[in-house]
Amino acid sequence: MSALTFAAQDSATMLGREIKHSIRLLRLLIVSAIVVPVVMLLLFDYVLGGTIGHGLGDAARGAPYVDFLVPGILIMAVAGSCGPTAINVTMDMTGGFVDRIRTMPVSRGALLAGHVGGSVLRMLVATAAVTGVALLVGFRPRALVADWFAVVGIVAAFSFALAWLSAAIGLVTKSVAAANGLTLPLSFLLPFLSSTFVPTESMPAGVRWFSANQPFTAVVDSLRALLSGAPAGNTPYLALAWCAAIALVGYLWAQTAFRRGTR
Amino acid sequence: MSALTSHATRTAVSVTGLRKAYGDKLVLDGVDLTIAEGEVFALLGPNGAGKTTIVRILSALIPADAGTATVMGYDLRAEAGAVRGVIGVTGQFSAVDDLLTGEENLLLMGRLLHLPATERRARASELLERFDLVDAANQTPATYSGGMKRRLDIAMCLMGRPRLIFLDEPTTGLDPRSRQTTWQIIRDLVRDGVTILLTTQYLEEADQLADRIAMLDHGRIVAEGTPAELKRRMPGAHIRLLFAGAASLDQAARVLPEGTRDEAELVLRVPNGRGIRSLRDVLARLGDDVAVEDLSIHTPDLDDVFFAVTGTASKENNS
Repeated sequence: MSALTFAAQDSATMLGREIKHSIRLLRLLIVSAIVVPVVMLLLFDYVLGGTIGHGLGDAARGAPYVDFLVPGILIMAVAGSCGPTAINVTMDMTGGFVDRIRTMPVSRGALLAGHVGGSVLRMLVATAAVTGVALLVGFRPRALVADWFAVVGIVAAFSFALAWLSAAIGLVTKSVAAANGLTLPLSFLLPFLSSTFVPTESMPAGVRWFSANQPFTAVVDSLRALLSGAPAGNTPYLALAWCAAIALVGYLWAQTAFRRGTR
Repeated sequence: MSALTSHATRTAVSVTGLRKAYGDKLVLDGVDLTIAEGEVFALLGPNGAGKTTIVRILSALIPADAGTATVMGYDLRAEAGAVRGVIGVTGQFSAVDDLLTGEENLLLMGRLLHLPATERRARASELLERFDLVDAANQTPATYSGGMKRRLDIAMCLMGRPRLIFLDEPTTGLDPRSRQTTWQIIRDLVRDGVTILLTTQYLEEADQLADRIAMLDHGRIVAEGTPAELKRRMPGAHIRLLFAGAASLDQAARVLPEGTRDEAELVLRVPNGRGIRSLRDVLARLGDDVAVEDLSIHTPDLDDVFFAVTGTASKENNS
């Protein structure tokens, strides 16, 4: 068998391990990746949505606030899995497991590939579940089939990017608490400092510039346009470019950290 | 090769001039080692002596700064991949997957070793049986005792039938009973013809298990040999005579001038170089006149050796 076949086989083995882990930790994962975004959805739609919806003006495109809100909630469902991913990587690195693997004839990248693959799967499942809840509470997308393909593609690309970034964070942190803490900006801060809940134009000047130009906003804007059936313009390309950039940075950072962590 | 040496055992591990430093801290300061196939070789030393660093280098986890090493005939630097294929490593810290069951842990190893499914299953159940983990096979290690976890850890490194096994402090932190079980496991492995490099800070463990021992202190090997050789090297063998009073001690010291007096303890220590013959000689010279309260024969143990070669009390370092 060639080295490439071995690498694929080992990565599949590690992915299987991650899936098994996810099933064993299901309750924890449901809270961070599904319950949190759903609570945000309900809070913002039912509790705050009335006032925010009135203030939206043109940004709402004549639709109820829930249609504005859901695309942002979807990226929260993706970002909610960053913490568990970083934690899983940290646990493998700080326990003896990574050393055990490294003393065996196992292909180098398999461990991280399994973590990233498992992370992407968790993010996609969470996003699908949250989409289901959103439909139940009145979310009415007007996307066409082609738009849906684009939506799935962007969510997958965003998941892949955040999975590598989370893996890298997990590799540089020395404890579970640190891994969790360092991913909080991804799962909480950046969604708030983006167009997830309100249009960036409504924010104060300093924050506005950051929020308008950060990757989460690009992703949310493109999803929002696609799901509402409005012309998306170049937003999907901008979103994909951001995803590619984050994935590349996350990948390179993870590779360097993995090498340094196993010196 | 001459007829004489053709029967000599083959070399499992050969190390010369191994050096490793972390920043300013020199961890290994020129280590030379030769381990023959089929033997149990113990690296004995206190915490921080460099034992784990040697294991990590030989299992291709970290590179050495200098020196050469071959492991089962493969050059460690150039053929690390081949080395990984023939070794099994159980590190100091448990490397079991706490979210998988005992059996799943073994099967995961089997998958990573690319064993066919039937062989994987057969080997896993064989190891579960052998390590007395059948009842715990479907439970996660969270429910295991320390000894069970350690057994699973060792079983995992045996999935690939390694010819050379590194055991880094295999009994540290285990209760006496689990320690005995682990010792038996190691003895059984040796019977299968496996070569074992184990590290330990317990002199008794090295004495019990090892064919040969290297004593490591501050990154250097300070003594090496079979347990018997090391003990023989000690000048500490003596006959200890205890007396009831200073008068009889004086009397005895007069007939045994080679002895060392301990006035406070009322003890005379007479060198015992020739075993029973020395003892007979001592008794004959004492005759019936000198009243000896008690007599004991002191054979040096590895503790004495360690104490002598390192100049530090090993027992202090142990705790």
